[in-house]
Amino acid sequence: MAKVGSPEELARIDYSPPKKSWMDIPPEFREGRWCYGSKAKDHAVVGLPNPRAWSPADEDWKLPDNWKEIFLEGMRERLHKYRSFQLFMDICVRCGACADKCHFFIGSGDPKNMPVLRAELLRSIYRGEFTTAGKIMGKLAGGRKLTYDVFKELFYYFFQCTECRRCSLFCPYGIDTAEVTMIGRELLNLLGCNIDWITGPVANCYRTGNHLGIQPHAYHSMLEFFCEEIEEITGILPEPSFNRKGAEILFITPSGDVFADPGTFTAMGYIMLFHYLEGLGLDLTWSTYASEGGNFGFFTSHEMAKRLNAKMYAEAERLGVKFIIGGECGHMWRVCNQYMDTFWEPPKSLETPVSPITGTRFEHAKEHKMIHICEFTADLIKHGKLNLDPSRNDPYRVTFHDSCNTARGMGFFEEPRYVLENIVNHFHEMPESTIREQTFCCGSGSGLNTDEFMDMRMRGALPRANAVQYVHDRHDVNLLSCICAIDRATLTTLTEYWVPDVEVSGVHELLGNALILEGEKKRTMNLRGEEFPWVEEEEEEEVEEAAEEVADEEAAGKAEGEE
Amino acid sequence: MMTIVFQLARALVPDSFMSLEKILQDKKPTILQGWFEAILETYPTDTRRFLKNKKDRFKNPVAHEISQGMEGIFDQVISGGSPDEISPFLERVVKVRAVQDFTPSKALAFIFELKSLVRAALAANLKEPQIHEDLLSLERKIDELGLLSLDLYMKCREKIYELRVNEVKNRVGRLLERANMICGIPEREGDPEVCTTDNLT
Repeated sequence: MAKVGSPEELARIDYSPPKKSWMDIPPEFREGRWCYGSKAKDHAVVGLPNPRAWSPADEDWKLPDNWKEIFLEGMRERLHKYRSFQLFMDICVRCGACADKCHFFIGSGDPKNMPVLRAELLRSIYRGEFTTAGKIMGKLAGGRKLTYDVFKELFYYFFQCTECRRCSLFCPYGIDTAEVTMIGRELLNLLGCNIDWITGPVANCYRTGNHLGIQPHAYHSMLEFFCEEIEEITGILPEPSFNRKGAEILFITPSGDVFADPGTFTAMGYIMLFHYLEGLGLDLTWSTYASEGGNFGFFTSHEMAKRLNAKMYAEAERLGVKFIIGGECGHMWRVCNQYMDTFWEPPKSLETPVSPITGTRFEHAKEHKMIHICEFTADLIKHGKLNLDPSRNDPYRVTFHDSCNTARGMGFFEEPRYVLENIVNHFHEMPESTIREQTFCCGSGSGLNTDEFMDMRMRGALPRANAVQYVHDRHDVNLLSCICAIDRATLTTLTEYWVPDVEVSGVHELLGNALILEGEKKRTMNLRGEEFPWVEEEEEEEVEEAAEEVADEEAAGKAEGEE
Repeated sequence: MMTIVFQLARALVPDSFMSLEKILQDKKPTILQGWFEAILETYPTDTRRFLKNKKDRFKNPVAHEISQGMEGIFDQVISGGSPDEISPFLERVVKVRAVQDFTPSKALAFIFELKSLVRAALAANLKEPQIHEDLLSLERKIDELGLLSLDLYMKCREKIYELRVNEVKNRVGRLLERANMICGIPEREGDPEVCTTDNLT
């Protein structure tokens, strides 16, 4: 008879993961951890390769017969084309400095989310297929061959990286793992393996001008609707101009500000600011054609980023403006400041941006002729041009989330903070290791802000949420402000899961609350249409005072009568 | 003076006369350490090292949430806390595990590890009738904790799906509503029906 273990032995289930080499553990495609595959119709619109119906959960991804050849040729081409990529493949010494810096690793505990290992997925193919040592010694030299399973693994993990670059901050060699992900995604794209949430917006943006495929008249209607809302709140109806030739400034913002809460309240803030400045000489137009500041092409390939970006300068040239102001957006800022003027020659009509209100010349933008609205607003405040009442934001105790692209992309730290300092009375920073250049990603950037990816998003959001929780517990912070459209949408979901008592807003929403428009009626509510908590008290006091007055008058009348 | 007398008395009283709660309170650091290590076993080796060694809560929020949650659960369980009192602590751990790479059973298995750790801590006292009885009652409580964790796990998973639905609704519904592209049924009977379709022409 076989020996039966004791009840305790039988009840004990070993939950420890298998102790195997990472190369021998294929990823398990479980719901919530991967994004839906790109659709054939969207591939067709922009000419992406291999349009077909497929799903990452399928066994067969319907790759062309020569898929391996296409992938390796693409890799060879990029190793020659981008010196940085070649370097990043060669110089990593696997010191591990980046290992625990990724929000996805911190939150998930999956070792392949360590930046070093994510890059190693591709680096091992580089060694195994392109270097002599790797070809001969294989695994011993850290090399492996490209197989179907390996290809699937690349898809799984390169779409589990938000290209936030936190890891690169800690790399002693300056390896930018985000760039490795970018190249990795380009290679996957060569075989038509992208995600629906990226190619859908790309195709819409290419065909209609923005991610959601909203047509110009709907865009116009939405902004008109905001103006009506502003009228209800302030008694003043702003009249923004659209597609106006001869304007001095073109304003472009991510379409999320126009179509998704709470970004819409930020858009109302922009409209109010521009209305306020009209009297001071601002000559600005919106465009229903360049109606998208975001660029999901940036998450597809450099070429696609360039194609989608084309409309900005094209519209600036068509309208004959002198410079462009960009709304509160993260990756738009990175694309426009780091790539746009090398993508395209700026049109001749564009000049170095100069604020028409303060005369400040934005020298740092002399190449690409575009500034961020927070720079513009901070400069206005610095010169005392805005009449502000921060007490209207008193119900909020605010903290600020540095968006990866503005913070690590371009070191844009002070301007939004300066604006906030002047428009709110209660501001509290999150701990130092979680802000500015060390900021934690929202966990949903680079096109991963789709609902089917929710488990991964919430894991990746934990490090940010944990810091928000800290200031919520310590300082009663109830508002997380930011300057990125994707953040505004995704942080709302993050806080709802992790820190439910905290809301999310853009900086210009708070500016809209604080800004005193000339001739406005007494404000009783914020831009969200929520009544200020003191309004009821004031009304009660007024009623009491009125009652007292009536009583006094009656008493006086009575006294007179008695006399 | 009184303190010294108490300490002397405390030293002279054998463990067997101590209550279950007192013994477990004394052995709390060992039990919590063992419990934390048991939960670490469910993570891959490389991750385990990170979770164990990185002490800063902002650099290692998973370990922070788990250890803080576990300590709270332990204190509440041995002092007879109600489900309402235990839930906030249990939720801290479950919330993290509910979105990580675990099946539901694997995510919640850590609860039952507490039983063997408590038994091991009480090895010397198990023959005491009172301790034995109290232990059985404590183990029943840990079983209840298992059921409670199931409720919390489901709450987290339902939240995840609710968040998904909300995102989709927000993306489309409010957009159409705001652009007056839908014909809505008026809130009150007799109100005119708003049906602006100009935008579609």
